[in-house]
Amino acid sequence: MKTDWRERRHRWDTRYAPYAYIAPYFLLFAVFGLFPLLYTAWVSLQDRNLLDGDAATFIGVDNYVQLLTADPYFWNAMGNTLSLWLLTTVPQILFALGIAQLLNRRLRGRTFFRMGVLLPNITSVAAVTIIFAQLFGRDFGLINWVLELFGAGRIDWQAGTGSSHTAIAAMVVWRWTGYHALIFLASMQAIPTSVYEAARLDGATSWQQFWRITVPMLRPQIIFSTVIATAGNMRLLAEPLLFNPGAGAATGGSDRQFQTAALYLYEQGFAKFDFGYASAIAWLLLIATVAITGLSYLAARRIRTD
Amino acid sequence: MRRTPTLVGATLLAAALVAAGCGGGASDGKTRITIGLFGNFGYQQLFEEYEKAHPDIDITDRTASYSDHHKNLAAHLATNNGAADIEAVDVGYINQFKANPGQFVELGSEVKDRWLDWKWEGSLSKDGKQIGYGTDIGGLAICYRRDLFEAAGLPSDRDQVSALWPTWEQFMATGKQFAAKAPAGAKFFDGGPTVLNAIVGQAPTGYYDKNDKIVVGDNADIRKGWNLVAQGVADGLSAGLLHSTPQWNTGFKQGQFATLACPAWMMAKIKDQAPDTAGKWDLAAVPGGGGNWGGSYLTVPKQGKNTDKAVALAAWLTAPEQQAKVFATAGLLPSTPKLYSEESVAKKQDPFFNNAPVGKVFTDAARALKPQYQGPKAGDVQTELGNAMQRVEQGKQSPDESWNQFVGDVKRLED
Repeated sequence: MKTDWRERRHRWDTRYAPYAYIAPYFLLFAVFGLFPLLYTAWVSLQDRNLLDGDAATFIGVDNYVQLLTADPYFWNAMGNTLSLWLLTTVPQILFALGIAQLLNRRLRGRTFFRMGVLLPNITSVAAVTIIFAQLFGRDFGLINWVLELFGAGRIDWQAGTGSSHTAIAAMVVWRWTGYHALIFLASMQAIPTSVYEAARLDGATSWQQFWRITVPMLRPQIIFSTVIATAGNMRLLAEPLLFNPGAGAATGGSDRQFQTAALYLYEQGFAKFDFGYASAIAWLLLIATVAITGLSYLAARRIRTD
Repeated sequence: MRRTPTLVGATLLAAALVAAGCGGGASDGKTRITIGLFGNFGYQQLFEEYEKAHPDIDITDRTASYSDHHKNLAAHLATNNGAADIEAVDVGYINQFKANPGQFVELGSEVKDRWLDWKWEGSLSKDGKQIGYGTDIGGLAICYRRDLFEAAGLPSDRDQVSALWPTWEQFMATGKQFAAKAPAGAKFFDGGPTVLNAIVGQAPTGYYDKNDKIVVGDNADIRKGWNLVAQGVADGLSAGLLHSTPQWNTGFKQGQFATLACPAWMMAKIKDQAPDTAGKWDLAAVPGGGGNWGGSYLTVPKQGKNTDKAVALAAWLTAPEQQAKVFATAGLLPSTPKLYSEESVAKKQDPFFNNAPVGKVFTDAARALKPQYQGPKAGDVQTELGNAMQRVEQGKQSPDESWNQFVGDVKRLED
């Protein structure tokens, strides 16, 4: 009788224990992830002031209709988001591949360099942005100083659409390239050297080896990095916000030239106190992020592995 | 049974994380009063003085930038968590907050007589609830760099300088004279938005009419000011810096501009940003005369744990005696008229500004000030106007295009 009970307990143990192990994550996710998500969906169906939730009225999908059909600033923000997504994600992956390839060689102080590329990632985003905003300063910025040295004119980085996107993309790329490079590097080291030896015997140049062997073998990591980078870069907030500090920060430039969707959400919610409208933006941004992430997953999957 | 400790541990961890998020209260038996500020309120010495007189109180201040401070406050009120015991609110935002007086402790009217009537009414909700004690008011003057004026061949004596520009048109004309012989890298004024804010602050009607309707699009005074400033920008008088940004701060240190519209609190900013320029600055009358820009209130959010003690501290900080001290140390203009005739205030000179009679200039300004009605989203309209002027300065749009976009943008604020 007793053995029977112990045996049964053992069976339950192996069967259900894994669920108990992962339960804390899902409990926390339910509290801090799922609940806010659903609550936001509920709020997005209301006309609701941030400071006065009691006076909220249910208005159905009006917020969404307004956003999608009658709000040019929403589409402007979405356009900026997509532009910044492209300008950050693509260079990030390409530079990371290049850096990983360089770090994969025998060189002195390898560990030092490998840890070094991760340093930008562990610095605070606010600090990075403030420093970069100074580098890209109009009158006394280092970059304009260098441009002038080479005879090119000064650029008012914040004023233009292209110039401001370039500056913001530089911050993001600088912060995240090392992180992806380390992921690529780890997998590169797992590629058997015999493959390269065989290729070399067949007369493949190192450029061919890189594109025909390394990149295809890294396909899972490239997919992972693309998905992670896309999910992050679609909701840039701190960089555009801090790039232009001052009273107009939330508008992302004098003509909203670098206002991302997340920043527009922030402006509507916390400057204009329109909580319902901001929540609707949050949901549309989520949908767009999922869609773009799916697309980049499909794109990255097209890397040939034969 | 070996599994349970893990689960219990995880739950405890989660509970600890949650608990850590809502900590508070000092551990040494003192009551901690937190106070959320932006910019320089000149309170440091007063905090020490208050703590000495009240050994059971421990004051912690946290200072953020102007816009961060107000947006954080909104978020903290919305989530009913995280606001400081006392929160400063600028006049540009007070209307937005007083629209929901339920979020704040009602302060009553016992000490009403301290303040200028319009200052008191500024933080009074539509249903007659007082949510804030007035700290300072702005007033208006022009701060100018004597050394740059001399270099450009203009008079540098403050009376002579004031005589140069009874009107804003003459101010701009002086700017052209300055530009003709200006030292390299120095422009006449810091940026269009700053000048425009001063001009708006002098108009009898600002962004709103008294029924809280936005009327700035049809406001002839503001449109006239807009055209004038846009012309000044076109004439190359502007350094193109937006006030209260890091680049503007650098502009003080680098001497990028010779004049600056100066509410009293602006003088504290100059001292903070460019202590090395002490003695080079001076103070002249503002073109057009009168006007106000800025000024703040201290509010006590209802969510605080020590609202009674917070109200007592806020009342003490805004009492005339303390406002006089703040004027002496930081130069913020008191909102309590009783002080305007007191010698320590009215006779104050400021060595940083070449011993300019700041007491006389600003108490005169305060007395002459005709209050302008501030609507619910005055701060947001001001932001849009600043953006609009920046579009002109950055060469993105013509003045007319930018003005039309501005009028459309403020219309969105009313929906």
